[in-house]
Amino acid sequence: MIEQVGFFILAALALVSAILVITRRNAVHSAIWLMVTLASVSGLYLMMHAEFLFAVQVILYVGGIMVLFLFVIMLVNLDVAVQQSRFERHWALAIAASVLVAAEFGFALYQGYHGHGLALAPSGSAPLTEGNTQAVGTALYQTYMLPVEIASILLLVAMVGAVIMAKKNVE
Amino acid sequence: MKPFFLDHIWMIPLLPAAGALIQLLFGRRLSNRAVSIVSVGLPVVSFIWAVCCFPELLAQPNHVFTKTVYTWLPAGTFHLSNGSLGQLSVNAGFLLDPLSAIWLLVVTGVGLLIHIYSIGYMGHEGGYYRFFGYMNLFMFSMLILVLADNYLMMFTGWEGVGLCSYLLIGFYFQRQSAADAGKKAFIVNRIGDAGFLLGVMLMVVTFGTPDFQQVTAAARSGSFAVGDGVITAICILLFVGATGKSAQIPLYVWLPDAMEGPTPVSALIHAATMVTAGVYMVARSNALYILAPRALEIVAVIGAATAIWAASIGLVQTDIKRVLAYSTVSQLGYMFLACGVGAFAAGVFHVMTHAFFKALLFLGAGSVIHALSGEQDMRKMGALRKKIPITFATLFIATLAISGIPGFAGFFSKDEILGQAFMSPYGSRVLWTIGWITAGMTAFYMFRLLFLTFFGESRVDPEAAHHVHESPSSMLSVLVVLAALSVVGGYVNWPIKNLGHFLEPVFDNSAALKGAESSQSLELGLMGLSVLIALAGLTWAWAKYVKQHAVPPPAGAPVNPVYQVVLNKYYVDELYDGLFVNRVKDIGNLSSAFDQAVVDGGVNGVGWVTRASATVSRWWDQWVVDGLVNVLGFGLKLLSYPVRVIQSGMFATYAFFIVLGVFFFMAYYLLHH
Amino acid sequence: MIPPEYYVYLAAGLFTVGVIGVLTRRNVIVILMSVELILNAVNINLVAFSQWFQSVNGQVFAIFVITDAAAEAAIGLGLMIALFRNKETVNADEIDLLKW
Repeated sequence: MIEQVGFFILAALALVSAILVITRRNAVHSAIWLMVTLASVSGLYLMMHAEFLFAVQVILYVGGIMVLFLFVIMLVNLDVAVQQSRFERHWALAIAASVLVAAEFGFALYQGYHGHGLALAPSGSAPLTEGNTQAVGTALYQTYMLPVEIASILLLVAMVGAVIMAKKNVE
Repeated sequence: MKPFFLDHIWMIPLLPAAGALIQLLFGRRLSNRAVSIVSVGLPVVSFIWAVCCFPELLAQPNHVFTKTVYTWLPAGTFHLSNGSLGQLSVNAGFLLDPLSAIWLLVVTGVGLLIHIYSIGYMGHEGGYYRFFGYMNLFMFSMLILVLADNYLMMFTGWEGVGLCSYLLIGFYFQRQSAADAGKKAFIVNRIGDAGFLLGVMLMVVTFGTPDFQQVTAAARSGSFAVGDGVITAICILLFVGATGKSAQIPLYVWLPDAMEGPTPVSALIHAATMVTAGVYMVARSNALYILAPRALEIVAVIGAATAIWAASIGLVQTDIKRVLAYSTVSQLGYMFLACGVGAFAAGVFHVMTHAFFKALLFLGAGSVIHALSGEQDMRKMGALRKKIPITFATLFIATLAISGIPGFAGFFSKDEILGQAFMSPYGSRVLWTIGWITAGMTAFYMFRLLFLTFFGESRVDPEAAHHVHESPSSMLSVLVVLAALSVVGGYVNWPIKNLGHFLEPVFDNSAALKGAESSQSLELGLMGLSVLIALAGLTWAWAKYVKQHAVPPPAGAPVNPVYQVVLNKYYVDELYDGLFVNRVKDIGNLSSAFDQAVVDGGVNGVGWVTRASATVSRWWDQWVVDGLVNVLGFGLKLLSYPVRVIQSGMFATYAFFIVLGVFFFMAYYLLHH
Repeated sequence: MIPPEYYVYLAAGLFTVGVIGVLTRRNVIVILMSVELILNAVNINLVAFSQWFQSVNGQVFAIFVITDAAAEAAIGLGLMIALFRNKETVNADEIDLLKW
């Protein structure tokens, strides 16, 4: 019972704040609302017993990436952008396309729900005996060792690239 | 002993040629005196040379001498009309035999006298050097004509004298009438020359050679029948040339107009020498003519007809030189009449005597004109007997000679012709009658001329009357010499026919040529008749023009129609104008119109077509070629439009298409499951 | 237990919002943020099914997604800065260099 209420609250929060993200004129406002969205998403993670992910989300996403966004927003002078129009010229067309895709999603889900359906595992699966973090850690460093390494290289490349790009050209 | 003068016979024509060359190249810078010395001195040498050739010729066997200087046209083999092969080789060569010797002496002698006369006559004229240059050129051409040994070389001289005639008639070229007269002479001559040349070609095809001696030998060899068609054709064609050059019917019309030239020119060319070239040619071709009696008939008839025709016109002319011109035509008729009845020697004889008295007549007339400061109309003369006595005396002698008064040169030659016309087998009574009447007319109009000019009252213009004076001695001396010749010239053939015997080798053939020796009484009778009618003419002229003081009517005065017709020369010139001259002009106009319309039109048309095709090309290039290119470009633009538009550069658009793609992929996936 | 469909619906909704944001907004930074929304939607999906199947794979995947998102955000923002230095604008309309 509490779970469902909690879910709905968090879900609604996430959606609303997402909508707000994309509609705010001020980019800083958008960033703040994104933070809210991300925070609610992390809350959802917690509800799904993904504690590690919840932590990662909060620390990395909200704390790292969003702060990064904010910094860049500050760097980029957006006074001019505030006066300009928010939306694209052809926003109707875009929304239409997106709605179409969403409709397709709905249709697929509906089909799946009543038709083929999701292969539902027995809900009575025994919960994991070990802790979530431990389980994730074990999976990462045992089964998904290679992806981890690759991801690290990716991060390295990203880091180097970002530094180079943002660097001022020294004449 | 080698005959020196004969061997270098080519000097005779060469000397006047040199004179001509000098005058025409340098004459402008020379003084009149220098011109005279060169241009009269050289003919003097020529004459002396010719005289020296004469005894040398007599020393030759048969009185014949030939010399070939070089081969002019080695033409090669060709087929003769009788099928055999002939080798044509035309030489530049000289032939001196009795016939050409007589002409040689007459041409060089009388020519020389006239050159001397011209010093005085042309002394005050402009273009002195030009005159003598042309005169020398004429002498050269005439000598080539008479000394040639073949028809083609003779034709060269023939053309040359025609050219000089044109140049000298049109000497006063600033006068339109003189220029026209020169053209007329040359063109009419040309018509005759066409006939002459056709005759020569036919001759070459028949005999294979144009050489005089060879043709004569072939003709006399008996290989041709008398009356042969081809020979007749040749003779007629050659005679056509003679009618042109010697002013017979129908081509005599140029001679009266030729009086536009200076008087010495009329004397030399149109009395003594050039016009006799036709007679020379007929005499030279006597072997051919004897083979063609029909041709001889034509020659005689035309000769007689011309004689009486021209004499009739001469009766009423008022210009002193015109009378003499028609007289020349008439006397030439006599010469052809002689040849036509087979009396070639008589014709030659008349040529010689005629040269003397006709030259004298012209030069004397020139003296009169000179005395009257240029007056030529006899209506404005009169009573000049006392004022210019020597001129009168010499002209009187000449008139006696031409009228056939016994004792003078003309009597003997004319009488011989009339006699032969009556007696010869080729002759006829009709021909004699025509000749006899003409003799009377001749006497009449010649004495008319004399009386009008020298007798009666003076009708001379007061202006000119003051200046009447006798001519300078250079002119008078020539007149005297010619007068002497007009007296004694006839005695070369009387009482002994020296000339006739001399010419025998040339004309040997049937008895007709030697002249039928018929009864003495007939001869005397005919002679008497000739004298009678001559005296009748003289008396009538005396009666009319001295006793009655008649004067020809002034120009434009009403006269009876017959007189009018004769005065206007029977309108022959007008007839020729209408028949031929204007027709030729019409052809010219037609050609011009054709050229303008068709030829120029064609050229313009081509130009137009080129322009039109250029326009088509341009249109094609503009619309089709450029159009294709433009369409291609437009098509590409059209095709590329959607692609271009998509590439907006704005990634929002790209993202949109990604989403759209997702939609379609999903749709596909969903529909198939 | 909340059936995973709910989570999937939520994820779909978030995804749609994110897509609309990408396609609609002019401000490049906001577009980047919308991309983050999309990624998060995917994450929710993953985690939901990981929980349903009691497997940890989904979560591991989600971690990788987050890692990726971080790298991408860094690069993207770096690009933004470089772009802003050249063109003095963050307006997507005016950045139309991605064409010939």
